[in-house]
Amino acid sequence: MDSQLYNYWLVILLMMTGLYALIARGNLIRKIIGLNIFQVSVFMLYISAGFIREGAAPILSPNVDVYSNPLPHVLILTAIVVSVATTALGLALVIRIKAAFGSIDDDTLSYSSGDSATELSIKTQKSSQ
Amino acid sequence: MSDDIILRIVGKFLIPLVVVFALYVQFHGEYGPGGGFQAGVILGAALILYRLLFGDAAARKAVSPRWLRLQAAVGVLLYGGTGVAGILLQGQFLEYNVLLTDPINGQHLGIILIELGVLLTVSATITALAYTFSADSEEHLSDPQVDASSQSDQLRS
Amino acid sequence: MISEVIDIALLAMLWIISLQVIFTRSELTAIMVFGAFSLICAGLFLAMGAADVAFTEAAVGAGVSTLLMLNALRRCGTDRCNSSRRGVIDIRALALTGVTGAALIWGTRDLPGVGLADNPVHLHVAPRYLQASFDEIGIPNVVTSVLASYRGFDTFGEVVVVFTAGLGVWLILGSGKRNDGKADEDE
Repeated sequence: MDSQLYNYWLVILLMMTGLYALIARGNLIRKIIGLNIFQVSVFMLYISAGFIREGAAPILSPNVDVYSNPLPHVLILTAIVVSVATTALGLALVIRIKAAFGSIDDDTLSYSSGDSATELSIKTQKSSQ
Repeated sequence: MSDDIILRIVGKFLIPLVVVFALYVQFHGEYGPGGGFQAGVILGAALILYRLLFGDAAARKAVSPRWLRLQAAVGVLLYGGTGVAGILLQGQFLEYNVLLTDPINGQHLGIILIELGVLLTVSATITALAYTFSADSEEHLSDPQVDASSQSDQLRS
Repeated sequence: MISEVIDIALLAMLWIISLQVIFTRSELTAIMVFGAFSLICAGLFLAMGAADVAFTEAAVGAGVSTLLMLNALRRCGTDRCNSSRRGVIDIRALALTGVTGAALIWGTRDLPGVGLADNPVHLHVAPRYLQASFDEIGIPNVVTSVLASYRGFDTFGEVVVVFTAGLGVWLILGSGKRNDGKADEDE
């Protein structure tokens, strides 16, 4: 019984890789790539849960009697389109952050609560000279 | 804009084929893999390819952003309108059985209408996203730092 | 047995590829690696019998997402001011993801095995959809019939989400100006 759970464990490993890329230090664009890897791994988890070993794709044909479960497929179709919508919005925000603050690096952007936006952009201009 | 004549000629040959394939996926989504979302993304990819090969001005003349915004809204309206049509014909919201006299034909009509709405919205949104993201408007949004602009020059060349 | 080995081998290859996203210095490499990751995931979806999902993932993940990230990278440039600390692993993030991963793996002990036909998830609504779909709706693709008819309200929400994302990006970034500085619309 344990050998049939290896799929889930490897998918969880992929999820944690995406999560690490999301929360570790780095570029904002790399964080969005990590978020996308996390999302695709979650899709893989659902599709693995809906998989039947001798089943065919859920398109009704006359000489097939076992189909894979269609409900996770529908859910993941919706989720894929929503993920591209959130990626597009996230990247638009990254472009605006770059325009407003001059930097998309995580260490440069994290500042104490006393600084204002103009002080931050002065700080990034000084640090890049 | 690409100066490579091979790319432009092959592009002119391929882009109509990609559009026809998108329509094939749309209409055969009931008999095989496919449907509105896949067809919308493929159609958007064809228009993005046109923009990459022939430049911003030619792409805006072919498909203008104002038309894309209208198309996205019309897609959502078509989907919601099919649902409301179910209410107006004494059914429930998004009930397709009441759209025609035969319930099975009503289901077919309902599915065709909403897949068309999905195609319109998804293709328009994907193309408009690509237009907005790759617009050459850096001087409008920011003053790029010296090293940042040289990095983007390296990426562009 | 062979299909299990193929699944595990592909998933391990995916993991090795995804490590590149963390450890590479160039963002362009990370985006290209993400495109390859999406395409191999589409192949895995097809190996698990999900044809529609594989189609969508290949078109969206390896196509549109990669294109948008490349455009964003071109407009932002890459920041090199902190590149000296690129190779150091973040210990707190590693500990957090390790704890989360361990908790999730411990949680999968209650799950039934992958691919068994008598899993509880296959026994409630899915057989009803598979059996009644042809009589009630009359189209062979069960995923389309569930997406468009049985669960049509969720698809309505999805279309509105896509429209909202396009609207949001238009509001955040503007409609884009031509090279000579003139706006294309007066809205």
